[in-house]
Formats: sequence, structure tokens, C-alpha cells
Amino acid sequence: MTKKPLKVVVVGNGMVGHHFTEALAHSNAVVTITVIGGETRPAYDRVHLSEVFAGKEPGELALTSREAYQAMGVKAHFGDPVSRIDREQQEVITAGGQCFAYDKLVLATGSYPFVPPIPGGDQKGCLTYRTIDDLGEIKAAAANARTGVVVGGGLLGLECANALLNLGLETHVVEFAPGLMGVQLDDGGGRMLRRKIEALGVHVHTSKATQQIVAGSEHAMAMEFADESRLETDMIVFSAGIRPYDQLAAQAGLELGERGGIVIDYNCRTSDSNILAIGECALFGGRIFGLVAPGYRMAEAAVSQFTAEKLAFQGADMSTKLKLMGVDVGSIGDAHGREPGSIAWVFSDEREEIYKRLVVNAAGDKLLGAVLVGDCSEYDSLLQYFLNGIDLPADPASLILPNVEGAPQLGAAALPASATICSCHNVSKGDIAGAFDVGCCSLGDIKGATKASTGCGGCAALLKTCVDAEMLDRGMSVNTSICEHFPYTRQELYHLIRVGDIRDFDSLLEAHGSGLGCDICKPTAASILASCWNDYILKEQHTGLQDTNDRYLANMQKNGTYSIVPRIAGGEITPAKLIVLGEVARDYDLYTKVTGGQRIDLFGARGEDLPAIWERLIASGFETGHAYAKSLRTVKSCVGSTWCRFGVSDSVAMAITIENRYKGLRSPHKLKSAVSGCTRECAEAQSKDFGVIATENGWNLYVCGNGGMKPRHADLFATDLTDTQLIQTIDRFLMFYIRTADRLQRTSVWLDNLEGGLDYLKAVILEDSLSIGAELEAEMEAVVASYQCEWRTTVEDGEKSGRFAHFVNSEQGDSNIVFVSERDQPRPATAAERDGDKTDILATG
Amino acid sequence: MKQWETICQVSDIPLNSGRAALLGKQQVAVFRISNAGIEEFYAIDNHDPFSGANVISRGIIGSLKDQLVVASPVYKQHFCLRTGACLEENVQLRTWKVRTQGDNVQVGQ
Ligand code: SRM
Ligand SMILES: Cc1cc2nc3c(=O)[nH]c(=O)nc-3n(C[C@H](O)[C@H](O)[C@H](O)COP(=O)(O)OP(=O)(O)OC[C@H]3O[C@@H](n4cnc5c(N)ncnc54)[C@H](O)[C@@H]3O)c2cc1C
Ligand code: SF4
Ligand code: FES
Repeated sequence: MTKKPLKVVVVGNGMVGHHFTEALAHSNAVVTITVIGGETRPAYDRVHLSEVFAGKEPGELALTSREAYQAMGVKAHFGDPVSRIDREQQEVITAGGQCFAYDKLVLATGSYPFVPPIPGGDQKGCLTYRTIDDLGEIKAAAANARTGVVVGGGLLGLECANALLNLGLETHVVEFAPGLMGVQLDDGGGRMLRRKIEALGVHVHTSKATQQIVAGSEHAMAMEFADESRLETDMIVFSAGIRPYDQLAAQAGLELGERGGIVIDYNCRTSDSNILAIGECALFGGRIFGLVAPGYRMAEAAVSQFTAEKLAFQGADMSTKLKLMGVDVGSIGDAHGREPGSIAWVFSDEREEIYKRLVVNAAGDKLLGAVLVGDCSEYDSLLQYFLNGIDLPADPASLILPNVEGAPQLGAAALPASATICSCHNVSKGDIAGAFDVGCCSLGDIKGATKASTGCGGCAALLKTCVDAEMLDRGMSVNTSICEHFPYTRQELYHLIRVGDIRDFDSLLEAHGSGLGCDICKPTAASILASCWNDYILKEQHTGLQDTNDRYLANMQKNGTYSIVPRIAGGEITPAKLIVLGEVARDYDLYTKVTGGQRIDLFGARGEDLPAIWERLIASGFETGHAYAKSLRTVKSCVGSTWCRFGVSDSVAMAITIENRYKGLRSPHKLKSAVSGCTRECAEAQSKDFGVIATENGWNLYVCGNGGMKPRHADLFATDLTDTQLIQTIDRFLMFYIRTADRLQRTSVWLDNLEGGLDYLKAVILEDSLSIGAELEAEMEAVVASYQCEWRTTVEDGEKSGRFAHFVNSEQGDSNIVFVSERDQPRPATAAERDGDKTDILATG
Repeated sequence: MKQWETICQVSDIPLNSGRAALLGKQQVAVFRISNAGIEEFYAIDNHDPFSGANVISRGIIGSLKDQLVVASPVYKQHFCLRTGACLEENVQLRTWKVRTQGDNVQVGQ
């Protein structure tokens, strides 16, 4: 006998409602599922909402689609919220008047931002932050604002403040309580966090009770506080806590908590056994769980009501780790030390702005809670001590003290199989081992099979450690292949190409690889081939290997146009050449900017115009600047002894010599250099891959410095070198780096990973301990001798230039490329400007 | 019935790479691939849904597991050349049929 399917209706299609729907649809339960979502779009990733301010498209947040639901056999109805539940008839009625009958009803209505009842708090310019639609309103308001205030200094409020900061506003945070993130942090942690975000330019006002919002004099509004102070602003975003959407349940007479929330039991059942509630609208054990992982656990418990398996929701851990405005913040368990008899250790470093607190039980052997601000490197370990009740070391303080010799590191081996590795997807260490048992054999497989690390991503490092350990245990080699097509590291590929005299990708693939290659191995091989043989990179057999930037010999911009950066060696340029750059930019309507590398970038050129533009530049004596390539970029200089009263050597001449010598040299990552004329170091040579500083007796060479994401001060490598010694040392250094570095590894990271470190590098390069000095120099000489300006070759070769046209079958340009004017120069139109009818559009295709 | 439109000669598309073609108002990315010694052609939408730029034709092509793919040149998502499906996200690009008639490359509408 076949069972009649149960009619399940899910109200709310947020993160938890979606998780439930997907899991139920994929289970063996005999059900028909109808989803009713109040928002116009299917479920999306609210946790990463703020990334839209950093450039992500709202569409990228989608967790599902109408088509995906259709394919699962789920009926979905969006943009029409449920307005009433009829428990007698077992049906729900939407605002639009539609009626859906249910056998089981699941409420997943989530929560909404609480707006304190402040007179004037409902005027235009007062907003909240929870949905994609809210994002649009915040962006629109910010476009006409100079100043923005976030009311609420909790987790979401600070995230919102970061968004306002990103939108270019003078940003204020107004908090009622005396500290920031009072739920997760203790006083000390809150103070350190405040210090750090104030340093980023956010104005923080604590212990402020807003009394009313009136018209301002300088700005649209003025907030008046209980202490009689005022703050003027153009917009306000309220983020003063969340409230469960429980109105439907209230009207239907379901039991609610005193301060709201739909009361549920272990099975997620409400006071009506045909109605379940999950996610942020549900109250369990007197608590609302305002995080996504507990919501997912509730969804799974609710699904088990429909299947043979019975899971109970047992409450959930609320520990969090996040990056707020680039500041690491972590909070575990009883962060405030409320447990009677608990003991705490605090470490505070005001110079490095790091604060850590450890809360331990009276017996001193179990972790109860922790606060980390400014450095979360211990978070994963501490969380495992906490969650798994692992015995603490005899001196628990060693867990948070910096650089303690022999501080116990909680490796993967110390964790029990039950240890949760990914809390978003509830994956334990045992689950990972299980996935290996059924055939997974890499980190990628594990992610695919268990979903671990595909939620908030916070567990990525721990997951990798566990996977690596598991592989070692099983005697599997940890995979260091660059991709699925070549079972080799970049170093090994380099040797295979050099020793096997391999000249093109197809031969390499045939001899040592499989499949067709991909966007990882192709550009890597292209770079190695160029380092070894220095062919023209757009030769037919190399063209398809190049990253877009290399293939068009220009950097692709966000709207599909390109930028043009001619070489200006050492930053020295004649007035005549400057005028040419100006004329070209004017004639092609290019945005012009002086770069951080002492040269000039012309932006917004259409692909099809590149050959003509370069023809003009080359005719005036310019050559390519390789801004698009993983190769030498710029060698910056200071004016040096020619003009400067302190200069001891001609740093400009040396910079030009160096730049001309290594220009066009393809390497694992880009290379930058600088030459300063004296120790005042105006060229910032100590932040470069190789930097040179003049001394009374010659040149000092510094290596492996880096600006960028993780700055590293260069190390002094050799002192008082003559011109010849300097060039010889750099030749060897660069070629050794090219031979041995990983793909996309700057010299700084390379040195940090080089076994033996700086001393080993000195031995190889300065003392020739491997007897490869002459070989390295000869290899460099070959590259230097075969230099060509790629743009000259391209322009001279008319056939290739045809390939820069946007279409193969039409002279037209890309109609998607639209510019508007800002500060008297063109810039790409935003999507909104392109779609709307803006009158000041400059040009389209 | 299919309408075939000639867009270019085979040699206009360098082997193992792509070019954009205009079909009416539609931008199509056409790829020429040597797969196990056999030349194959594929056509998918030239519009990159992640960056909003019309640049798919400028991506690097290759294979991942058993699928032929192109990597978006902007944020590097992979799209299956046969089905247009994105491997990382739930997004689908339109696909067209391509054939060669002698030296002509033709896209089917
Ligand atoms: C144009 C310029 C910014 C400007 O307007 O000043 C710039 C622009 C870009 N930089 Fe830069 N960087 C520019 C100077 C710098 C500097 C300053 C310097 O060189 O003195 C740095 C820090 C120094 C350093 O590299 O150590 C810098 C550190 C980066 C990084 C981080 C590298 C790192 O190791 O952390 C990236 C990302 C990367 O390479 O992966 C990057 C990447 C980029 C990219 C390629 C991003 C991209 O993928 O689109 C930008 C493309 C430019 C274009 O389309 O032409 N850019 N970038 C500067 C060009 C200099 C030049 O004349 O060639
Ligand atoms: C900016 C931001 C950052 C966050 N960061 C994190 C983080 O880093 N980590 C973390 O764990 N959590 C984070 N959260 C919290 C997380 O997003 C929530 O815990 C999670 O979304 C809760 O899921 P839910 O399905 O219960 O509610 P929601 O995602 O709010 O979904 C509820 C849905 O139900 C709809 N609905 C309401 N009433 C009705 C009705 N009557 N009829 C039909 N539909 C209705 C709503 O419109 C909504 O779409 C963040 C939240 C925000 C806003
Ligand atoms: S810092 Fe460099 S990479 Fe970042 S936006 Fe500016 S130019 Fe681009
Ligand atoms: S803990 Fe969030 S993805 Fe694993």
C-alpha cells in the first residue's frame, strides 16, 4: 500500500527554511513540499551580505533558484508573505489571498531588526540592515550622504559600520551600553576592539541613549542624546538587536516566550504538534539562537520528524570567530566568566593591540570560555578544548601567551573523533575519516562530500590540518601537484621543461600530463616556458595558455576594457614623452593616473584600440611596461646624488640599468625593485623583492621584501657591492627564485618557506655552495639577450593585431562598455547607471 | 529549422582559444579546441554573469575531471562548454550549436 504524501508547508525561505526544504526534499520522506517566501527572491546567503559592499553581486549570494526547487519537486511561492494561520482548517492564507492547506506546517520566518521607539526614528534616511533590498536602500542613501551613523555596537552593527566606511562615509557607531560587542566580549576585549576600529577611522560613542532625532543644521538629521550631546548625520542604520518574526504564531495562539520567540521542544515542535518552528523565530530553552549553524541543526532535527531517524535539537554552541574591518575577533563559551568559581587569565599587548582572555573552571582543567581580539590564531585549538572537554595543560596560560617555547599545540591527532570541525555543516573529525573510507582522497573531495568549509569558511585551516593528518595516517601522500593534469609541483615542472628541452605546452602535456590542461597549469607552463626560452608569448602555440592580461598584453578592467602602462624606467621621463602620453590619453579618452610604481597608467582602452594606441606609443619611443605580466614591474628610484644634497650615488642611473636588464623576465610572481641614493631610503627599497641602497663604499642589497597584503621588511643580503657584483648577485638570486618558487609565490613568501632560510640562500648565492652560480648567470644572460618588446612585435605583425577586435565577425565594439564622467575624466558606469537612463553617459559601443 | 550563420574562418580562432561573435544583438563566445586530436567547436554566452563584462571568449579553456571548461578571465569561475553550466555556482549560460562547412565556422540559431 502506498502512503498518501503528507502536505508540508514551509513559511519563510531564509537560510534555515531553505536548509530544511532541501534536506526534506532529498530525504526518503513521503511528502509534498510548498515553500512560501516573503521576500521576492529565493533563499540567499545572509551571512555574507556585507560582501556586496565589497563588490560582490547580490546574485552571487543565491543559495538556490526557482528552477532548482522545481527540479526537486518543491512548489515555491515568493514575494507574498503569509498573513494568517488557520489551525482549525489546517491552512495558511497569504497577504495576496492565496490559501495553502497543510498536514504539517513549518515556521521559518527568521527575525527582523529592532528599531528602538525613538521620536523621529521613522523618517527618511533611517534604515535597517537585514535583506538584499536593505542593501540597495543603504547604497542609495549613502550616495547622497557624507556622514552615516550605525545605532548598535554589536556584531551586526559593526559589520554595517564597515559597509558605510567602504561606501566612503564618515562613520559613527552609537552604542547604548558601555562597550562594543557586549554579548561576545568582556570589557577588556571590547576596549581593545574599540581602539582598533577607531584607528580605522570609525567614531565610536558608547553609553549613549538616543532621545530623539530632529532636523540638523549641517546634515539632514541631528541625534540628541540623554547626556545632552548631539550628533549630526545624513543617514542612520539601526542595528540594535533582532526580534523574532512571531506575529503569525501569536495570532494563531501558539505559545510564545515572555520576550517573544515561538517556544519549541527538542523536536522543534511548537505548542501545536502539527506546527514546527526552526531558525531565528524559534525559542529553545529560553534562548533565540542568532546564528546560522544552530538554525541548521534545528532544520535537521525537524526533517527527522518525517523520517525514521530521530534527531533531537539539544541547543547549540554560540562561539564565533570573525573578521570585523580586518580585525580578528573570537568569542568562545562563557566569555564573561559568569560561572561561579571560574578563574581567568588575561593577556593584553597594547602595542600590537592584542587582547586575550581565558576562562577556566575552578579545578583548572577545563576551558569554559575565551575572548580573542586582534589575533585569533589560537581560536581553533581553544574551541576544540571547549567543545570536547579536553584536559587543559598544567599551565593553561601557555595557550594564550605569545612565543612560549613548547606551547602545546592541539594537533589534529589530539582531537577525538567526535570533535566538530565544521560547525556550519556539522562535520566531525570522524565524518572526515568516514569520507576517506568511502573513496574521498583529497581536500577537494572532502569538501564536496561533506560540505565542510563551504559555509562561513571559518574552519578552513583546521579542516586542512585534519585532512592532511588523515592522509598521512593512511600512508597517502599529501598532494602537492599543481592541478589534476600534472602530478608535479611547479619546481618539478620547471626542471622537466628545462632538462627535457620542452618548448611548448602540448609536448609537456603529452610527455608528463593528462587531460587538456586548465587555467592553473596553462599559465604556469607559459611562465616557465618564457623563463627558460623567452619566446614571443603570443606565438600560436602559446596564445591559449596565457592569462587574459598576458594574452591582450594589457590589464583587463572590471568592465572588460584594458589599461595601458608603458615602461618608464626608474620613473624618469622626458617632457616630450609626457606630452605624448597626454595626447594619446586625450585622443582615446582614457582615464589617466600616476601609479604607485612611479609611472603612468591609462585606463579604459577598448581591446580593439590597443594595437593602434601602442603603434603611436612605440613610434614615440615607448615600450611595454609588463604591468600585465608576472615579471619585473618597476624599479623605483629617488633622485639620488645628481640633485639631492644627501645622495652618495646615482640611484636613478642604477635603477634604469636594473629595470632595463630584467624587463620582460617571466617569473613565478611579479617582481619589484627600487634603488635609493642613501640610507634615508626615499625609494622604499626595503619593501621590494630586491632593493638597493647606496653606501659610501658601493651598494647594499636587500632581498625578499613585500608591500601589499602582508608587508615584509626586506633582509640585508650583501653589503658594499661594486656595480658588477651587484648585478651578478641579483642575476643569481632571481634565477634561483624562478627555479624553486611555487606558482604565485612572491619572494617574501618563498624565503619564509625556504628550508634553511636566509643563511641557506646566502650560501647558495654568495658562496655558490651548490656550484650553480655560473649556470644561473648564463640562464639570465640568455633571457636578457633575447628580450623583445612584445607590443612592438605585435604591432609589426599585422595578422595578430586583428585578434584584438572585440568580435570576429563585426567591426562593432562591446555595447556593454559605458563611461560616465567624474572629476573631468571618464570612469566605467556602474550597473545602475548603465541600466537607468542617465543623461551624462559619455559613450557607449 | 536551424538557421546557420557563418561567423568566420577556422583560422580566425587560434587553436585552443576563443573569439567573440555577434549574432544579431547577442554576443556569443566561440571556442576552437583540439580534444584528443580532434578539432571541436563550442559556443556559449559571452556575458560573464559574475563580473557583468562580456569577456567569456577571452578565458582559458581546459578540462576538469571529464568536462570541457572555460575559466572566466575575471573571477575564474569555470563554465562547461557543452552545457553552459557553471561548476562553482548555480548559474547557467546559454549554449549554441557550432559546425564547420569547409573553412567556414557556423553558429546555429
Ligand atoms: C595601477 C596600480 C595602482 C595605482 O593606481 O597606483 C596597481 C594596480 C593593480 N595592482 Fe598593485 N598596483 C600598483 C602598485 C602596487 C604597489 C606599490 C608599488 O609597487 O610600489 C603594491 C605594493 C608593493 C608590492 O607589491 O609589494 C601593489 C600590490 C599589489 C598586490 C599585492 C601583492 C602582494 O604580494 O601582497 C596585488 C595582488 C596580487 O598581485 O596578487 C596587486 C594587484 C594589482 C592589480 C593587478 C589587480 C588586478 O588584478 O586587477 C591592479 C591592476 C592594475 C591595472 O589594471 O593596470 N597589487 N601594487 C599600481 C601600478 C604600479 C605600476 O606602475 O606598475
Ligand atoms: C549582515 C548579517 C551578517 C550575519 N553574519 C552572520 C555570521 O557571520 N554567522 C552566523 O552564524 N550568522 C550570521 N548572521 C545571522 C544569520 O543570517 C541568521 O542566523 C540566519 O539567516 C537565520 O536564518 P532564518 O532562516 O532563521 O531567518 P532568515 O534568514 O531571516 O529568513 C527568514 C525569511 O522568512 C521570511 N518571512 C518572514 N515572515 C514571513 C511570512 N509571514 N511569510 C513568508 N515569509 C516570511 C523573511 O522575509 C525571510 O526571508 C548574520 C545576519 C546578518 C543580517
Ligand atoms: S589596492 Fe591595488 S589591487 Fe586593490 S583596488 Fe587598489 S589598485 Fe586595485
Ligand atoms: S564552520 Fe563555517 S564553514 Fe565550516
